Amino acid sequence: MKHLHAFGLGAAAALGMSLLSLNPAAAWEPTKPVEFIVPAGTGGGADQMARTLQGIIAKHSLMPTQLIVINKSGGAGGEGFLDVKNSKANPHKIVITLSNLFTTPLATGIPFNWKDLTPVAMLALDEFVLWVNAEKPYKTAQDYVAAVKAAPDGTFKMGGTGSKQEDQIITVALEKAIGKKLTYIPYKGGGEVAVQLVGGHVDSTVNNPIEAVSQWRGDKVRPLCVFDEKTLPYTDKIQGDLSWSSIPTCKSAGVDVEYLMLRGIFMPPGVSQEQVDYFVTLFKKVRETPEWQQLMKDGAFNQTFMAGPEFKAWVEGAEKNHKALMQEAGFIAAAN
Amino acid sequence: MLDNFLNLWHGFYIAGDPFNLLLMVVGILLGVIIGVLPGLGGANGVAILLPLTFSMSPTSAIILLSCIYWGALFGGAITSVLFNIPGEPWSVATTFDGHPMARQGKAGEALTAAFTSSFVGAFVAIIMITLVAPLVASFALQFGPAEKFAVYFLAFCSFIGMSKEPPAKTIVSMMIGFALAAVGLDMVTGQLRLTFGFEELLNGFDFLIAVIGLFGIGEILLTMEEGLEFRGKAAKIDAKVVLRTWATLPKYWATSIRSCIIGCWMGITPAGATPASFMAYGIAKRVSKNGKNFGNGEIEGVVAPETAAHAAGTSALLPMLALGVPGSPTAAVLLGGLLIWGLQPGPMLFVEQKEFVWGLIASMYLGNLVGLFVVLTTVPLFAAILRIPFSIIAPVILVICAIGAYTVNNNVFDVVMMLVFGVIGYVLKKTSYPLAPLVLAIVLGDSAEEAFRQSLLGSGGSISVFWSNPLVSTIMALGLVAGFWTLISGAIARFRVAQPA
Repeated sequence: MKHLHAFGLGAAAALGMSLLSLNPAAAWEPTKPVEFIVPAGTGGGADQMARTLQGIIAKHSLMPTQLIVINKSGGAGGEGFLDVKNSKANPHKIVITLSNLFTTPLATGIPFNWKDLTPVAMLALDEFVLWVNAEKPYKTAQDYVAAVKAAPDGTFKMGGTGSKQEDQIITVALEKAIGKKLTYIPYKGGGEVAVQLVGGHVDSTVNNPIEAVSQWRGDKVRPLCVFDEKTLPYTDKIQGDLSWSSIPTCKSAGVDVEYLMLRGIFMPPGVSQEQVDYFVTLFKKVRETPEWQQLMKDGAFNQTFMAGPEFKAWVEGAEKNHKALMQEAGFIAAAN
Repeated sequence: MLDNFLNLWHGFYIAGDPFNLLLMVVGILLGVIIGVLPGLGGANGVAILLPLTFSMSPTSAIILLSCIYWGALFGGAITSVLFNIPGEPWSVATTFDGHPMARQGKAGEALTAAFTSSFVGAFVAIIMITLVAPLVASFALQFGPAEKFAVYFLAFCSFIGMSKEPPAKTIVSMMIGFALAAVGLDMVTGQLRLTFGFEELLNGFDFLIAVIGLFGIGEILLTMEEGLEFRGKAAKIDAKVVLRTWATLPKYWATSIRSCIIGCWMGITPAGATPASFMAYGIAKRVSKNGKNFGNGEIEGVVAPETAAHAAGTSALLPMLALGVPGSPTAAVLLGGLLIWGLQPGPMLFVEQKEFVWGLIASMYLGNLVGLFVVLTTVPLFAAILRIPFSIIAPVILVICAIGAYTVNNNVFDVVMMLVFGVIGYVLKKTSYPLAPLVLAIVLGDSAEEAFRQSLLGSGGSISVFWSNPLVSTIMALGLVAGFWTLISGAIARFRVAQPA
């Protein structure tokens, strides 16, 4: 690893030179490679986004040094968050978050809270969609809910990513909305969940769009409704005449559940405002690239961007929300 | 079918482009270097180089990256044979006979056998991919949690049944492995367990740390105890070693075919290369007439696991392309790459991106050929490493091990863990407990437990789920037979004796 880093450094240094000459105003800039912590495994939604960012930043030379993606997925992401928390005032480290920013400390009692980090920016929000196998007769969310209601508790199986995390939180909210229990089966990653649905080993999932889109294009799974207040804006055709925008909201189908997941960037505690601003500007530039636009379209992301106090207020609200949801579901660890 | 061949022909045309051929050689060489350093596995190598490929066409990029992957697979065998340090889970079984061979001065033979078998396994798997790609994908879909558990069960049982050591010792060693595998986050409840409040244990015990310690450090401790003399001294630099070994390999055709079948099958089912290599080794030991000599440097004991591991590793790429589920960390990084190039793995990839898919498959053929050529020319070189005195090479191995352990998670604690595992490995070896079942349990324990509990969640707690369809019942039955093989074969033998009387 060492010598490869060195190689990267050399390339980055050369790049840095050329950038510096263009950019004489001496605001803070990274002077060594920036570690990009992913508190989740390889291949998942957060990892895909981090690696896309790494690619975009390298391709468009948006940063004078390299961005290096490092997965620290232990303890449902706790390992990654603790690492950032303990790197006080280190401006060469950023972390991408998913809902485990809130759920992991609540469910496991790992000594960590988002307030231990410095919020940088919200990159996007990830949507959730209710999926069933395309061979099943349920054409609408109403059909599916009626079938669940007609069967005894726990007959229908819901597959999801991880335990006591976003997928299971949605499942519990769904159970409450329809008044029937589902059997929740946790898997390691979103891709695996989608394949289990195609193979008929579970009855439904709440995969993120990007996790299930390829199976949808192959007409193996069917989206029933999206857990957002309005339908998605993307009108490119995906399966037959259907696009992301043709999926009705769950609320309109009589299931009043809404959930969006944060894809945001945080830094270690104790970094300066100037350093935070550097990364806010960096990600603003990233958002303008065609590659980022493509990722947003493929994954039907909600493209809300926030930084500063606005972002902080949003995270505060989201934390309260998660605490309430998890309390109701009985997911809070005894230590809390 | 004919369509497949036409597509493949077109694929060769793309992969045979001089620029792409050059990328293959570069990729294989990089891969071998990455594979030789434990800890810096193929996944890291591919991840680091991924951004460099964005300026290429997707086909060229995937050729470069997958060749690094092949190179790392080949390279993993080198450290297994020379230093008893498996760089990847699936090279563990290669150490059982590969390292004893190196100690007897037959490192060149062992490396040649390992490389050649890897090539054969991978090649057979590629042919299978070419012929039956669409069928394979639908077979893989039949694997729910119960079926997956059955496959793991079969792997564990075949190890208990086939082991040379008394089954009790095998089971004790395996149980220690299961206990270690249980540390960290419990996937099903989302709770931490057995971490005793230590933040360092959040991640559980990484397989690589355990293996580097148990095998690498343990080995150094043993050698030190027996005096600082290095037993591989007899190794001579001999360019003809490759040809000489090749002449003996055709004898093991039956083992090769068996291992190819095991490998392809395990690769398509999501179990992967590690159980495949262990199973192929275990079965070869049972069936071969040299079985008694396994573990003492029998060349067949290198052929069997290497063939199966690479057949499995290669055929595992198919579910990734057709279903979008990566079979290994390296595959997961490749998957991320595909997404950046706007290629969505899944059922439509074969329909919409024909040029890319068949270019990749054609590059598997060429990449493996190029790889075999590259690594075989280096055999005498690597074998010569063993001529260096032990007192010089031991510190170097120690440093490489420490760097390897550190790079797994960029964590100093892991280096300490590695040393602890080294002492454990030494003690276990001294008391003749087998290490392999322990390693197998650390690698597969987590996944097996997960599959078991997912199955029970789905069935509402009823254990009958493991007999609920012909597929899962067959695998479970095979597992039981394998596990009680010692008893069963004993009973048959007694029956035979009783018969004439």
